[in-house]
Amino acid sequence: MDSFIGLYNYWIVCLLMGIGFYIVIAHENLIKKLIGLTIFQTAVFYLYISMGKISGGTAPILDDKWQLYSNPLPHVLILTAIVVGIATTALGLALVVRIQEAYGSIEEHEIQQQNAQDQLECQLEAYGFKKNHILSPKSLEE
Amino acid sequence: MSYHYPVLQVIIPLIGAPLCLLLQIPRLVGLFAIVVSGAAFLISCGLLSQVAANGVLVYELGGWAAPWGIEYRIDYLNSYLLLLVSGISTVVLVAAQSSIKRELPENRHTYFYSAYLLCLTGLLGILATGDAFNVFVFLEISALSSYTLIALGTDRRALTASYQYLIMGTIGATFIIIGVGLMYMMTGTLNMYDLAERLPEVNHSRTVLSAFGFFIVGVCLKLALFPLHLWLPNAYAFAPSIATAFLAATSTKVAVYVLIRYVFSIFGIDYVDSVLPLKAIFLVLGLVGIFAASVSAIYQLNIKRLFAYSSVAQIGYMILGLAIGTKLGLAATLLHMFNHALMKGALFLAIGSIVFRINSSQLNHLAGLGRKMPWTMAAIVIGGLSLVGVPLTVGFVSKWYLVLALLEKGWWVVTVLVLLSSLLALIYVWRIVEWVYFTPPRIILDDVREAPLSQLIPVWLLVLANIYFGLDTSLTVGVSKLAAEALFGLLGAGH
Repeated sequence: MDSFIGLYNYWIVCLLMGIGFYIVIAHENLIKKLIGLTIFQTAVFYLYISMGKISGGTAPILDDKWQLYSNPLPHVLILTAIVVGIATTALGLALVVRIQEAYGSIEEHEIQQQNAQDQLECQLEAYGFKKNHILSPKSLEE
Repeated sequence: MSYHYPVLQVIIPLIGAPLCLLLQIPRLVGLFAIVVSGAAFLISCGLLSQVAANGVLVYELGGWAAPWGIEYRIDYLNSYLLLLVSGISTVVLVAAQSSIKRELPENRHTYFYSAYLLCLTGLLGILATGDAFNVFVFLEISALSSYTLIALGTDRRALTASYQYLIMGTIGATFIIIGVGLMYMMTGTLNMYDLAERLPEVNHSRTVLSAFGFFIVGVCLKLALFPLHLWLPNAYAFAPSIATAFLAATSTKVAVYVLIRYVFSIFGIDYVDSVLPLKAIFLVLGLVGIFAASVSAIYQLNIKRLFAYSSVAQIGYMILGLAIGTKLGLAATLLHMFNHALMKGALFLAIGSIVFRINSSQLNHLAGLGRKMPWTMAAIVIGGLSLVGVPLTVGFVSKWYLVLALLEKGWWVVTVLVLLSSLLALIYVWRIVEWVYFTPPRIILDDVREAPLSQLIPVWLLVLANIYFGLDTSLTVGVSKLAAEALFGLLGAGH
């Protein structure tokens, strides 16, 4: 039981990771998906930071007052990963804005419906069900 | 100067990308990108010859020695792929000049080229680096810029494709970083060479096992292994043609490289065999992927999507080579990585020319184009035959070695299945031939002409490379065998 509680930081990481992953999979709203993705990534940040932590340890400052240091490298690494995470979230949100402009919705099933319609139109045209199947390249541009 | 080649390779496009934004004139930006990518190509030629002469190159960034500092480690495997990626990128950029002008509004040209160069930086960085965490960083550089490249496509579905790729790609990259973190936890090092030495001491632990599991799933998402490939077809279909040509030819191959590097150089094939029936998993997923994706490709109406599904199938062949688990199988995988890049580069560039002229990649719009654009269509046919694996093309060479490796192992059933799957490829290539040459035009093609020379030359350069490397296999087969032997550790570290 000691080890179960003693590893509480890893349980928190697992829980957060599960929550984030679930949101990404289960939610329809594109922004909520991104929030889930961020929670998922944050869980990994915690994993790294708790890895380098030594109880009672402090930042590696050369001074007689402190003898016990935490490992700073995981913090540095995860700083990079946080930056990457922010870039991903920003890019994702920018895409959501553009999707909203193009589809008028950020609900996944509505977007998929519209995509399916686009697809169907292409197919109808391919099999000659549409009257205007004789098109010039110029009219395709429009 | 030549001492700094390993890092210049990555630094030049990295600096080139923001310079593109400063160079506001659209015409110059394109030329500038060619120069940057060409410089990277020349350097990678130099690197391959240096590796051939002196063996493994080790470059310490900032003069910090390996376990503490970051090192770039170039052996046969990376230098061969560096050459491939920078070469394809340069050829694609030449064709990009006219194609991008047609497909993108002028104010987006600079963004396109700077995202393209960043993507190139990421891919070259993944290949060059000898540091496990650096792989993640470069992976994200290339991934973020490829999301941008895909979202630049004109169809609105490009946006959703890019979003879907972003979600799946980020999950994959996060899994990889978890794997790297867990490995660091056990060994205290991030250097690949160091990791390979220290992991055996701790590899009985559950931490290393879960690191391995996370890592494999993450990389398989990135390389679009069969059940994890869902992001790929839409992303390739709706991206600008040039972006598709570049990504299809290089990015999944680089992910396969990461898989090979970790499985063979870091975890070691013995460990992998002892904890997970990875070969059996790869065998099944590879075969199912080949068949499922080829059948999907047959039903596609968009020629870009068709070849995107065929890419998933070709990744199946590469994974199958790994599943064999012998030197020859690994050599076949490496060979197919190189050859598939040549085929898909040629095919997607040719499709780019079609889109340039008729502004559509729907199969039914291609009807009758065989007479109007004979050279482009001939390129597609040759590329398609190469995909099928017809003799005199590179596709034949890689299938030949794959079959040899399978027979060496005595896997008759798999051999027959591989040969049968080529017939599926023949069906989807034949569908294109039928539309292009034997169907009356569905759209008015009066003012459609052959693609401009600036696009035909890159396309045919790659098509001729397809034929040349199909006839003269000394370079490709030689280097992939050397790389495979080095990975199995029979020749030391690449000598």
